[in-house]
Amino acid sequence: MSEKTEKTEKTAKTAPKSGKATAPAAAAPKPPAEAPASRLAVRKTYKLFIGGAFPRSESGRSYQVSSADGAFLANAALASRKDARDAVVKARGAVSGWSGATAYLRGQILYRAAEMLEGRREQFVAEVRAVEGGTEAAAAAQVDAAIDRWVWYAGWTDKIGQIRSAANPVSGPFWNVSSPEPTGVVALFAPERPSLLGVVSVLAPAIATGNTAVLVAPDSAALPAISLAEVLATSDLPGGVVNILTGRPAELGKPLADHLDVDGLDLAGITDPGFAVELEQAAAENLKRVLRPSAAPADWSAHPGTLRLTAFLETKTVWHPVGG
Amino acid sequence: MGIFDYAPAPESRAVVDVKPSYDLFIGGEFVPATGGVFKSVNPATEEVLAEIGLASAADVDRAVAAARTAYERTWSRMPGAERGKYLFRIARIIQERARELAVLESIDNGKPIRETRDVDVPLVAAHFFHYAGWADKLEYAGHGPAPRPLGVAAQVIPWNFPLLMLAWKIAPALACGNTVVLKPAETTPLTALLFAEICREADLPAGVVNIVTGAGETGAALVAHPGVDKVAFTGSTAVGRAIARTVAGTDKKLTLELGGKAANIVFDDAPIDQAVEGVIDSIFFNQGQVCCAGSRLLVQESIQDELLDALRRRMATLRLGDPLDKNTDIGAINSAEQLARITELTAAGEAEGAERWSPACELPAQGFWFAPTVFTNVSATHRIAREEIFGPVLSVLTFRTPDEAVAKANNTPYGLSAGVWTEKGSRILSMAKRLRAGVVWANTFNKFDPASPFGGYKESGYGREGGLQGLEAYLDV
Repeated sequence: MSEKTEKTEKTAKTAPKSGKATAPAAAAPKPPAEAPASRLAVRKTYKLFIGGAFPRSESGRSYQVSSADGAFLANAALASRKDARDAVVKARGAVSGWSGATAYLRGQILYRAAEMLEGRREQFVAEVRAVEGGTEAAAAAQVDAAIDRWVWYAGWTDKIGQIRSAANPVSGPFWNVSSPEPTGVVALFAPERPSLLGVVSVLAPAIATGNTAVLVAPDSAALPAISLAEVLATSDLPGGVVNILTGRPAELGKPLADHLDVDGLDLAGITDPGFAVELEQAAAENLKRVLRPSAAPADWSAHPGTLRLTAFLETKTVWHPVGG
Repeated sequence: MGIFDYAPAPESRAVVDVKPSYDLFIGGEFVPATGGVFKSVNPATEEVLAEIGLASAADVDRAVAAARTAYERTWSRMPGAERGKYLFRIARIIQERARELAVLESIDNGKPIRETRDVDVPLVAAHFFHYAGWADKLEYAGHGPAPRPLGVAAQVIPWNFPLLMLAWKIAPALACGNTVVLKPAETTPLTALLFAEICREADLPAGVVNIVTGAGETGAALVAHPGVDKVAFTGSTAVGRAIARTVAGTDKKLTLELGGKAANIVFDDAPIDQAVEGVIDSIFFNQGQVCCAGSRLLVQESIQDELLDALRRRMATLRLGDPLDKNTDIGAINSAEQLARITELTAAGEAEGAERWSPACELPAQGFWFAPTVFTNVSATHRIAREEIFGPVLSVLTFRTPDEAVAKANNTPYGLSAGVWTEKGSRILSMAKRLRAGVVWANTFNKFDPASPFGGYKESGYGREGGLQGLEAYLDV
């Protein structure tokens, strides 16, 4: 193991400690015996991720993110409708560059994000555990699965076109091929649990195929999602390809489902069936492609297959006469 | 008759036996509708062709129940190879009865026999042949190793290509093991009912195909029926939206093939004569009542005059009249309602300042007719440049650079099709890539083939019909 990696891991290890330390500190102010009395933990303010930057909510609002047992973890920005619209503008602006990049480049950039994820593995394990509770082993297993899934999708960028394309044997003197293209801007509602694997499972396939995304992390899953934004911000991903909003799906759902510049909608994280129907109906206005939430609780640890890769793809067929 | 005029060359109607009235086709039998009747008229003459059963919600219930029974007891259990043989049989019967189908389609729809005979019906047979062969090869289609059918498919189709849209819907659905309830359009039900006879002739098991005739209400009842697992619709974007709302929150899989406002882009290096022929074909085929019609001509400014002169010369030779005449290029508009819509939108074009031109063209006194029309001085904000007219009306806009052509072409909520005319191969490839449309025809237009997927981006809907992509719509993937 190189010195650099060790350093990264060390840094990564300290980060959650401070986060963790704040939680019990708020509940029971008993300073660790070995800590110098003058050392005050540096608390982190979590912000939104829009257009490659980390703004606060334009509404100025924030909310408290609590751990599974109710202790204070952090303040996160509470995104507004305006933030959602800003995110769509940035996502739209990034479509041509991202979808126009070579699949090879997109794959490398996604793989780079996986490298960064791996580097911050311990931080994510701590955050997942803080948010969800449970054992460290379970949190670690989820983070590992999330990293592996991200790598899996990174490898899809230059293959999806091959398995979804066809040279069609038309009757007549024509050359004709069909190939997939990204549908554009996709709004994604990440499931609440698993807090990191869920985000990765809806986000990675959408962008692997060349779409750009506005992802809404549900309130309680905010920390792994917004920490993922920090990973993405440092992984060569062009600004605007992924935008992450922490906030209430109930508040952000309609503006995104109604938005005429959003082309696809993944409702995975919408647990209220009535609200899901309302959003799907709103999406009908400009014929967004919609992925409905599964009726039964989804098994996010199961092999994902290509469903989420193909859900936000179009097929373009190009014809040309053949002749001398 | 002048020396170079054409003598009338009408196809005989004798080959078709139009009955005075038609029932619904449910569970393999023709059964009376309980919702009353409506009339199907010949749009070229306004002659009433037949009385058609109007399917009520109760009739739709019966049809869905028949389809369910057939799905569970027969069709989904049958080996794919056997299903395929039924589809091959149907394809053959369509070929045997091709002339009858072509004539009936012409008199019910108003489209020229030249098109029904040479395009519609051959493509219908080709679709059944194509999907017949898929029935026992589904595991090779790329939708997983054990693809399963969805169940009962509700299919609602439009009046512009009544039989072809039936084939696009029924052939892949049946090949995948689904059973269907199909509602043809109110103004063009006759060939679907003849197809029901063909199903009987092929000994297709009862209930595998059910045809319910009626208007919007019948279609709405079918789409909303809790007993259907799949909804497929081709038609207007407005109705498509309503259907998407209806199926929201259900388990029904949905594919929509909706409107379009295609750009047909002609660059200065295009072969002018071929481009003009392509432009004619793109907008006057089927009287322009085509969702993928090239209704916006984008011509490079430097060749605008030359191209428009050639286009007008060519338009002057188009022959409008009796759809059954084999020399007719432009038949009747499908209905009085559709004619009113075309008339309203073209009036708006003039009112907004576009310049209207039609060749000298005598319209028959009876029936619904609209002369081929071209608008110049059109700006991108005009209604005729934005709204789907669905008639023989072309709007001409200009551009200077490829970038401008792409921007103008994509400046529409629709994204069904586009055309590009240029001799430069690298430009074709870059344009094809940048145009946001499900089908791009380069140096050709309005080509269809069962092996080739068709369908739109954006508000032109989702899902694809044709090819192996077309199977996905009818499989649990």
